[in-house]
Amino acid sequence: MSALLPAIRSGLLARINPVTKLGCALLVAFTLLATVDWVSAVVAVVLESAVLAFTGLPWRRVLPRLMPLIVAALLAGVTTTLYGVPSGRVWWQWGVVEVTDGSIGFAIATALRILAIGVPSVVLFLTIDPTELADGLAQIVRLPARFVIGALAALRLVGLFFDDWRALSLARRARGVADRGRLQRYAGVVFALLVLAIRRGTKLTTAMESRGFGAAGPRSWARPATLGRADAVAFAIGFAIAATAVAVSVSTGSWHWIAS
Amino acid sequence: MSARGWGWRHAGRREWAVSDLDLVIEPGERVLLLGASGAGKSTLLAALAGVLGGEEEGEERGTLLVDGVDPTQQRGRVGLVLQDPDSQQILARVGDDVAFGLENLGVPLHEIWPRVRASLDAVGLDVPLTRQTAELSGGQKQRLALAGVLAMRPGLLLLDEPTANLDPAGVAEVRASVGSAVRASGATLVVVEHRVAVWRDLVTRVVVIGADGRLLADGAPDRVLAARGDELAAAGVWLPGRAVLPSLAVRPAGERLLAATGLGVGRPGAQPVAEGIEFALGAGEAVVVSGPNGVGKSTTALTLGGLLAPRKGAVTAAPRLAAGAASAPIRWSSRELLTRIGSVFQNPEHQLLASTVRAELAVGPRALRLSAAEVDARVDELLARLRLDGLADANPFTLSGGQKRRLSVATALATRPRVLLLDEPTFGQDALTWAELVLLLGELADAGNAIVAVSHDEELAGALGAREWRLEPRRQQETLR
Repeated sequence: MSALLPAIRSGLLARINPVTKLGCALLVAFTLLATVDWVSAVVAVVLESAVLAFTGLPWRRVLPRLMPLIVAALLAGVTTTLYGVPSGRVWWQWGVVEVTDGSIGFAIATALRILAIGVPSVVLFLTIDPTELADGLAQIVRLPARFVIGALAALRLVGLFFDDWRALSLARRARGVADRGRLQRYAGVVFALLVLAIRRGTKLTTAMESRGFGAAGPRSWARPATLGRADAVAFAIGFAIAATAVAVSVSTGSWHWIAS
Repeated sequence: MSARGWGWRHAGRREWAVSDLDLVIEPGERVLLLGASGAGKSTLLAALAGVLGGEEEGEERGTLLVDGVDPTQQRGRVGLVLQDPDSQQILARVGDDVAFGLENLGVPLHEIWPRVRASLDAVGLDVPLTRQTAELSGGQKQRLALAGVLAMRPGLLLLDEPTANLDPAGVAEVRASVGSAVRASGATLVVVEHRVAVWRDLVTRVVVIGADGRLLADGAPDRVLAARGDELAAAGVWLPGRAVLPSLAVRPAGERLLAATGLGVGRPGAQPVAEGIEFALGAGEAVVVSGPNGVGKSTTALTLGGLLAPRKGAVTAAPRLAAGAASAPIRWSSRELLTRIGSVFQNPEHQLLASTVRAELAVGPRALRLSAAEVDARVDELLARLRLDGLADANPFTLSGGQKRRLSVATALATRPRVLLLDEPTFGQDALTWAELVLLLGELADAGNAIVAVSHDEELAGALGAREWRLEPRRQQETLR
């Protein structure tokens, strides 16, 4: 979900309501966060990959967005290998660095867990259109419409902030006050950006109010948000992935509550 | 709509923006509202639309009614289109944006989309409903805003300088859309605009508010314009067929100050927006840069002004301009830039740094470490020349659009740069402040400085004695020389 990039609207995922996608991503995430074993993470990653492979996503656009996540997972894995809680056979030791059976196992589990939670989240959010999500949150989840629509409209301003940032930096150079220290200059631009953000917000409020936003009386919806069969199927798949991961993990005796 | 002794004073101001206004507009009338820059025209429209804000925003007196009711109680009966095309889209897609007002009014779903299509047709905006609003041109954005308002079927349509920020093609688009939409719907129309010629044939009545916020003239367009012509001109109204300043011969170029060779311009990291630019600027010269929206005029100005690095080729300051500094303006320090090349940005708000108008003007001279007496002298002179003296202690952000524009020009003038680059310096000016600005720029050129103005203003070049430099898409060559 990005204010700057239009959502990917092709493939099977586009037929699912954003609220369902959000629900699935949260369900899988919370389930996998309850445990620290590697079995549940492997099961989840394998099942997720299998499901996503059939959704007809434009992978050329999706893969580059997944790269930061993959890099993060690898880095987390390496760090955990070197500094994780030592246990079992010691493979290598150098100062505080200690590579053991325990730390390797924990590293694999951590890296896989990041992928298992991150990949579906990134993919689902890439395919969520902010407007549709707002429609869903207001009509299905019944969050207050004023709040949801206001947030949606404000999101459009994010793109403008980048332009503002550039213009403000150039303008300070033109005004003769850009020779001071970098930090001071940075602070000045941040402050000016805040002032501008408030200005833009005020203008947006005026534009919205003059179009009847906040008027008394019930609001209608131009894009009815509904949950259909596709949503039921999607949620069933999400639930199945989480449940299978838990079941396999528990039955192999590797389930390990994060708190214990 | 009726106003009786109505007035409004913005919070923290001494003067009333509008005072003792008595005005009745009957249903179906089409009114052109004229007045000096800062005469409170926008304030009146905002009040009619019910978006002026509550008690913390200002103080109200008298009564103002629309259909006999307080305007804040009946949003949707009144539609307002504002000056700035970029601040009026609310949602990401064209269709959703037009539907937004209908949703707020609780229009049933089966009526929404037919009404969305009908209003887009009415303004002649022929783009898919799923088109991103951010991708539209300025003229299209204004027509989208108009469509969003028309879909709500307002009884009263208020337009606040809807064409001020548009190029001539955009002005014609919007004017035509408003004309056909108003004729089709029979709505009452109130339009605020400095330029009478654009709206004269459409309106049935002209109302003029004086600089003190009181009613100055009222009646049929031809009668008011003929009988009160001199008064109107004195109040800063642009009258058709009346040149505000005489047209001057093109100023001869003196010694070379600045040159661009094989210049490609663009944002860092993005594709160049224009390439192959050849340009030379001499002392005492004035240049008006024109061309369609998106052709790279603003980016070119920023690059010539030493604010963006050239993507290709070079910008070179002659020794006379560089005065000991490096020959490439992009390598100058911010302070070196001040006395050499001044830049005025398209959006004045980007250049505001201080909390009062007086302090804003002092920023540049202080950065030059001038004496306090010299700083005061320069600030006072500019305040008076650009009619900002009554606002010296106001917060720059609270000024009207036209006043902010003059302030940003004045901030650049305060450091007396040899070359002055201005992006749309005359936006939102009435005829009086426009003339002051142009005369001031002309004096700078007379004194041997050089002026480059990016502008859609068709009268600017003649009045300034500027040569015209038109940038064309993909073929940016200088037409003269």
